[in-house]
Amino acid sequence: MLTFTLRRLSLFLFTMLVLTLISFSLSFLFPGDTVINHSGQINATATELAQLNEAYQMDKSIFTQYGAYLTHILNGDLGQSMASQSPISNEVLELLPATIELSLVALLIAMLVGIPLGFIAAINHNKASDNAILSFAMLGYSIPVFWLGLLAILFFSIGLGWLPSAGKISLLFEIEFVTGIQFIDILLSESPYKWQAFSNASSHIILPACVIALAPATIFIRLSRAAMIEVLAASYIRAAKAKGLSFQQIIFRHAIRNALIQIIRHVGLQFANLVTLAMVTEVIFSWPGIGRWLIESISQRDYTAIQSGLLVLSCFIFIVHILTDFIYAALNPLARGNHHGS
Amino acid sequence: MAVLTMNFKSIFSLTLASLVSILTGCNEGNKLSLSERSIIYCSEGSPESFNPQLSTSGTTSDASAKQLYNSLIVYKGKKNTLGPALARSWHVTRDGKKITFYLRKDVNFHQTSYFTPTRLFNADDVLFSFNRVLDKNHAFHHVSGGQYPFFQSVKFTELVEKVEKINDFTVRFILKRNDSSFLANLATDYAIILSEEYGQSLQKKKKPHEIDILPIGTGPFKLKDYRVGSLIRFYRHDEYWQEKAKIEQLVFDISPSKTTRLTKLLAKECDVSSYPIAHKKITERSDLTLESMTSLNVGYFGFNTKKEPFDNKLVRQAISLAINKQALIDTVYQGQAARAKSILPETSWAYDSETPELTYDPVRAKSLLEVAGYAQGFTMDIWAMPVQRAYNPNAVTMAKLIQADLKKIGVEVKIITYEWSTFLRRLSQGEHQSFLLGWTADHPDPDNFFTPMLSCSSSEKGSNRTFWCNKEYDQLLQSALSTTNMTKRKSYYAKAMAIINEEIPLLPIAHSKRFQARGVDVEGKILENFGGISFYDVAKRSINNDVNTLAQPEIADKASN
Repeated sequence: MLTFTLRRLSLFLFTMLVLTLISFSLSFLFPGDTVINHSGQINATATELAQLNEAYQMDKSIFTQYGAYLTHILNGDLGQSMASQSPISNEVLELLPATIELSLVALLIAMLVGIPLGFIAAINHNKASDNAILSFAMLGYSIPVFWLGLLAILFFSIGLGWLPSAGKISLLFEIEFVTGIQFIDILLSESPYKWQAFSNASSHIILPACVIALAPATIFIRLSRAAMIEVLAASYIRAAKAKGLSFQQIIFRHAIRNALIQIIRHVGLQFANLVTLAMVTEVIFSWPGIGRWLIESISQRDYTAIQSGLLVLSCFIFIVHILTDFIYAALNPLARGNHHGS
Repeated sequence: MAVLTMNFKSIFSLTLASLVSILTGCNEGNKLSLSERSIIYCSEGSPESFNPQLSTSGTTSDASAKQLYNSLIVYKGKKNTLGPALARSWHVTRDGKKITFYLRKDVNFHQTSYFTPTRLFNADDVLFSFNRVLDKNHAFHHVSGGQYPFFQSVKFTELVEKVEKINDFTVRFILKRNDSSFLANLATDYAIILSEEYGQSLQKKKKPHEIDILPIGTGPFKLKDYRVGSLIRFYRHDEYWQEKAKIEQLVFDISPSKTTRLTKLLAKECDVSSYPIAHKKITERSDLTLESMTSLNVGYFGFNTKKEPFDNKLVRQAISLAINKQALIDTVYQGQAARAKSILPETSWAYDSETPELTYDPVRAKSLLEVAGYAQGFTMDIWAMPVQRAYNPNAVTMAKLIQADLKKIGVEVKIITYEWSTFLRRLSQGEHQSFLLGWTADHPDPDNFFTPMLSCSSSEKGSNRTFWCNKEYDQLLQSALSTTNMTKRKSYYAKAMAIINEEIPLLPIAHSKRFQARGVDVEGKILENFGGISFYDVAKRSINNDVNTLAQPEIADKASN
């Protein structure tokens, strides 16, 4: 396990090095002054500019400059947003939890719907229900997320009036910012309207989370179907059958557990996909998350925000990958011996 | 193993049941939910500050004037007569130069997290508020830029000699000359009263600019929270000097995109929406209503009277006769505007119903052109403004329609448009031949139309882009301002309108309406007669059980404690 951990850590370090290198070079590639792109201080006076040049060591060689840039990032200084002139680290800390919350709920929905459906399809392999589930998965995977989002708003918000179309929660509720994960903040708050707020927040998250969940759910269907078919064909299942275990016993005791291990590895991969979908969905549903912020930064040509936002987001996704790798390794001892990484 | 599956099932149904109960609300004990005591208003933009003195933008005064502040006097009733507000009563001397206000003695300022008042409203606050605008040496004059556009446009500093404090609850304005629009100016959304005590405390803290960002006023609501581009949250001012507002919380949901506003309205995420689109869709729904208010504005087609051929009155008349106004209104305003017969809207008290209107008559237009010596027609340009305004939602389309109309009498039209600020700059330099523009009045006094749009002084430096200057017309406006006799004023303005109709420096086209949509459960008047909005009278009807409405104030009181 120790070598496994060390290998992951070194992979993390090198990937981060490459990522920071890319984000560092973006400052040179974007139009405008490099040091202003680094820091985001568009209204800097001459003395402030001199200080910035000093801080980012712009007069030294490019390697020293990169070192200075790294030091700034490691100190948590991501520069300030050109558009709002507030520190990017603050904005990210405020917005990232909202995206994580939305993605987690979507992931949960995708798993709760996708995996059982995939198992059902595998158990009924080559029967009508299998085909129905597979065609649903194909259909769901092909629908573009922004179109689905608009349809969902049109149908559920405007047509039926069941669910709200924008935001995290009705603006009437004042929830103090503690963790940024809204449901936790609501439970921590001392508002007399706690439960009203909770139900309101739940109704706000349903539509965007379901829209995001659709594509990953279809992937989970196919993954779990394939994993289950493979497991059901394995010799220990045949042995179990031969021992006279009932069908339910085979499925619940042996098949599901072993099929799930295969799927968990892909959860991490799907999370990256999910965050990408969440970025588009956040724009449609006015969800105050990092994706909407990043897309707005692009349209406002807020280079510092784009550069630092991308760095933070990719770093976050990478951490998620490593975490799922650890979970997988903990569940499946065979994986720890894998000498070639993943 | 059957036991295990049972367990799965029961756990599943249990979670489902608890989820449903959360979604349907566990608030049985709390009869009036938060949403029934609050209003969410989908507004069109972020205000620049919370002080209407500093801006003429509708967004800023909507979010501040009637919500956070009061003025000394207000317009009341259908006839728009002046009534008391923070001033109990007032007295004007016979020469019209001294106006004394007797102030209320029971007015509380807001108590908020950033300021706690120790005294009631008095004469010092009035002096503070007006001296900030008038006195260049006032400690707060230059805070937040030192620009007071409304007061500058009505030449307030040139009119007011000084403001005196007679005693704690009496103030006197001394004017340099008699001006009958003075009281009207004091009743606008811009002439609000700030707290002098708050100003002092900010000065001590060396944070004077906060006076316009964290406002303290006497109005029915107080500011709780403002996040630029996202929301403004107001709480009710419980010590309001009149009966307190019926709702406890007012939230402005800032949604600049008009489709987002429509979606939120349809999805019931906001109770009231500003400037809605898709009027037909809204009127079709039984749970929404659409209201409109004819604004005090006019969209017009102006001529540069200093340039050929429009220095000739006959040409101006001919062109005006050749334009089919009704078609413009049907197409450009989608019928949602009143046809303008004069520059003054018909809702104004000074409007003379006998003013003749130029009718659409291309035959007469053609003959007039012949008389003027342009039998072969000519080529002209029309400058169409590039932005949308209530008084002209689409100037380029309008210009195209006019182009088609004028072709019939042999006049070729080139349409010119620039980016907005360039457009205005070039217009002020007089590079144009004719132009499409408009005017929105700041208060209902008719002078606010006549003087800024067409007087000689505003043609030199101001908003008169026709460069038309008529001594007789100016004389009539002066006489109208120096009397307070309404009938006399009305007759002066009628004569002025007749001169405009004869000379046609511009052709008034339409007075547009301001629209607003709301859910049917929202009761009370929101759109004020003069542009602004006020949520003071608004209440939400509980749809479920009407018995609760009676008990509402009491419950609301308890909850706010």
